[in-house]
Amino acid sequence: MTLDPALFLTVDFPAWAVASLSSAVCALLGNFLVLRRQAMMGDAVTHVVLPGIVVGFLIADAHSAVHMTLGALVATVLAVGLIEALRRFGRLEEGAAMGTVFTVMFAFGIVLIEQTGNANSHISPDHALFGNLEATVWVGPTAWGDLLSADMWALLPPEFATLLWVVPLTGGAVLLFYKELKLATFDPLLSRSLGFAPGALGLGFMVFVAIAAVASFEAVGSILVVAMFICPAATARLLTDRLAVQLWLSVAIAVLAATLGYVLAASAPVWAGTPGALSAAGMIAVAAGGLELAAILFAPRYGLLARRRRAAIARAAAGVSS
Amino acid sequence: MAEIVRLLSSYNTAVVLLAATLLGAAGAVAGTFALLHKRSLVSDAIGHAALPGIAGGFLVALAFGFDGRNLAILLSGAALSGALATVMISWIASQTRLSEDTAIATALAVFFGLGAVLLSVVQSLQVSGQAGLDSFLLGTTAAISAREAGTIAVMALLVALVGLGLFKEFRLLTFDAAFAGAMGYPVRALDLGLMALLLLVVALGLKTVGLILIVAIVILPPAAARFWTDRLGAMTALAALFGAGAGAVGAGASAVLDDLPTGGAIVMTAGALLLISLVAAPRRGLVAQGVVAARFRLARRREARARSGQGLGQGLGQGSGQGTGEGRARP
Amino acid sequence: MVDGLTVTYGGKPALEDVSYTAPPGGLVAVVGPNGAGKSTFIKAVMGQVSATAGEIALFGKSARSNRSVVGYVPQRTSVDWDFPVSALDVVTMGLYRRIGWLWPVRAKHRRQAFGYLDRMGLADYADRQIGQLSGGQQQRVFLARALAQDADLYLMDEPLAGVDAKTERTIIGVLQDLKDEGRSVFVVHHDLRTVPEYFDHLMLLNTRLVAAGPMSETFTVANLQQTYGGHMAVLPGGATAVVD
Repeated sequence: MTLDPALFLTVDFPAWAVASLSSAVCALLGNFLVLRRQAMMGDAVTHVVLPGIVVGFLIADAHSAVHMTLGALVATVLAVGLIEALRRFGRLEEGAAMGTVFTVMFAFGIVLIEQTGNANSHISPDHALFGNLEATVWVGPTAWGDLLSADMWALLPPEFATLLWVVPLTGGAVLLFYKELKLATFDPLLSRSLGFAPGALGLGFMVFVAIAAVASFEAVGSILVVAMFICPAATARLLTDRLAVQLWLSVAIAVLAATLGYVLAASAPVWAGTPGALSAAGMIAVAAGGLELAAILFAPRYGLLARRRRAAIARAAAGVSS
Repeated sequence: MAEIVRLLSSYNTAVVLLAATLLGAAGAVAGTFALLHKRSLVSDAIGHAALPGIAGGFLVALAFGFDGRNLAILLSGAALSGALATVMISWIASQTRLSEDTAIATALAVFFGLGAVLLSVVQSLQVSGQAGLDSFLLGTTAAISAREAGTIAVMALLVALVGLGLFKEFRLLTFDAAFAGAMGYPVRALDLGLMALLLLVVALGLKTVGLILIVAIVILPPAAARFWTDRLGAMTALAALFGAGAGAVGAGASAVLDDLPTGGAIVMTAGALLLISLVAAPRRGLVAQGVVAARFRLARRREARARSGQGLGQGLGQGSGQGTGEGRARP
Repeated sequence: MVDGLTVTYGGKPALEDVSYTAPPGGLVAVVGPNGAGKSTFIKAVMGQVSATAGEIALFGKSARSNRSVVGYVPQRTSVDWDFPVSALDVVTMGLYRRIGWLWPVRAKHRRQAFGYLDRMGLADYADRQIGQLSGGQQQRVFLARALAQDADLYLMDEPLAGVDAKTERTIIGVLQDLKDEGRSVFVVHHDLRTVPEYFDHLMLLNTRLVAAGPMSETFTVANLQQTYGGHMAVLPGGATAVVD
């Protein structure tokens, strides 16, 4: 089987690259969500950015990445504030506070889309949920040599271009604040007493989560964003006890899942001989879940099988000693 | 105005409104215990996990020669995959070093992803009715027949009655599961019973509210009700009232106004109730707490000025009549 | 009666090979350093955690069939104090088994529960939401609920931790009454100074059972030292101090 460079570079490469880049950036941030026991905050953010994006779109009256991102950030900060207010003053448990805020804001976004007649334009609820990976095409390159041409890179699909600056920005921020994030995640009290303002750090972190969510979800949809916030980080957490290792591992696992999922989604209909394509975003989420399940079962130290074996040894030892 | 009355009084719309109202009440009753049992986000996962069940149910129905839109099959599929998701959550949370929130998010994302894949399979088949599956995501009353609405209404009523019948047992479970165990109650079975009620609410709400927002009708009304009372009985009744109100107003508004999605309307109505409660509730509301704090500061300042002065930290016992007197105000 | 009880969490033993037969109608103090498995012992007897090895039998029957006769006072930290229940509601919970499945709570039961609350000196606080009571009052509410259970065996996880003097006296009085009625009471207790005064049997736990038996034979400097390891100093005059 030969690879047609034009087809590959136009259809498969941009979709795969966008999926991999958004997976990587979400996975990187997801490590801290998982360790801070805020996994569902990732889910919440992907919901609350919707009304922000819609409002930004309405204000700009066009598809403006700046307006939409700003709208999403405002919505995220507002949501974090509301959740905190419900927790502190309403004494709602964190999960309930999150659940109430993000559902209402998402509902507002949906109603706004329908009421302003945007359902059929660029932002539709369907895209927000499932993404539009299949439509991410790079019209221009026809041969491998085109990858070296600056003119061709200027023709990149906008989602791809956005990710190309969001990924280094987020990665750089995590590197820069690595020490502070680590401390604030492990011991917020100590972090506060050392003057690191974990509250501000936490909010700043949420802003990056929102940026990652917005940059990713136009192409891959909110399902994949949630999956990538959580699954790779959780998988890596089962494989190592060192934070730095966990971060790198999670990114690698995210790219692996994106590749695996994309290839499966693209090739399964061919094997089965059916028309149409499978949802690549959905398949990538499933692949990420599959990798996590494998780690749950087979991780060398924290996997279920390894723990069963150790427990059996402990039982045998107890039986012998008594 | 006459147009609105005409729209709302058609037989079909009336039955749908009744169903939405009862569903709101049933969701709130089950939700009261879910909220207190810290199961809010699990309910969200159950909602999202319904998608593979619906799409899978459609495919299974087709394979066995039924109409893919058969509501009973679709809802059974939704309940089954929701149940699988809860099993997965408790399995991951109890068997691995991953915390419960990670388990919930994992189940939600993976099941929803699987749902997206199955949905794309359904959409690639050239069969009738596949377009209708989309309506389960965000809900719509337009697609509900009077018979389906009647079924939903009856089932919702049943859920609410079971929830109220087991009121005493659920109170014990959610307040102190260890004690319930010590008393010989089958804690695990009660827990599963509560989850089963939640599953039913999710399945019943798929058509009207949709699976993305279904968690809202479970947690918003009880969260709002909690602001007004310290009694579980009163809280449950108030939550049911809020839920019914949100269901009726939301479904009614979406029947009258064009382009108003039903689920969104119901959730925003419930959200408005919560916002009002957060701000205006006696004792727990922001305004009341602000007044108490201001009085407290005032009393302290007065005390500082004249050392003999007695602080007056009277609570705001107005309205709610809970007989709890003033709470935390200290002289 | 407990025989060879072992409980492990993730391969690490929390309790190892503990055997003890409780005297009928006795006040047993369960004492040991932090992490010695005291709460695990209580939970294992209640059937809340399952034993890796060993047997638990209550009144000659296996624990499973008999759990309804276990009265329980939880550790303070395990309670959600913001839960919408009143003091009376909590005490009424002790009667639920007798009210039966599905039956609602009736006025008769509320009167009964009120009696237990009154006995704890809390008649005026029956309608208070549970979080609005003081720590000592909360502890007495939970004791009233345990009394309402009318059980033969009671398990209490640190009921005397951080309570005021009045509550401590009330609780000790209730413990004595329970003993006089021929019931067995296990109390996890932290304050070594009051152990010999309040209780008449002692279990010294540090993952393994260090010693157990009547107070006079068990409460010895040698046993305590063995239980607390190097963390205990014997002060002049025979008094002991635990340095945690």
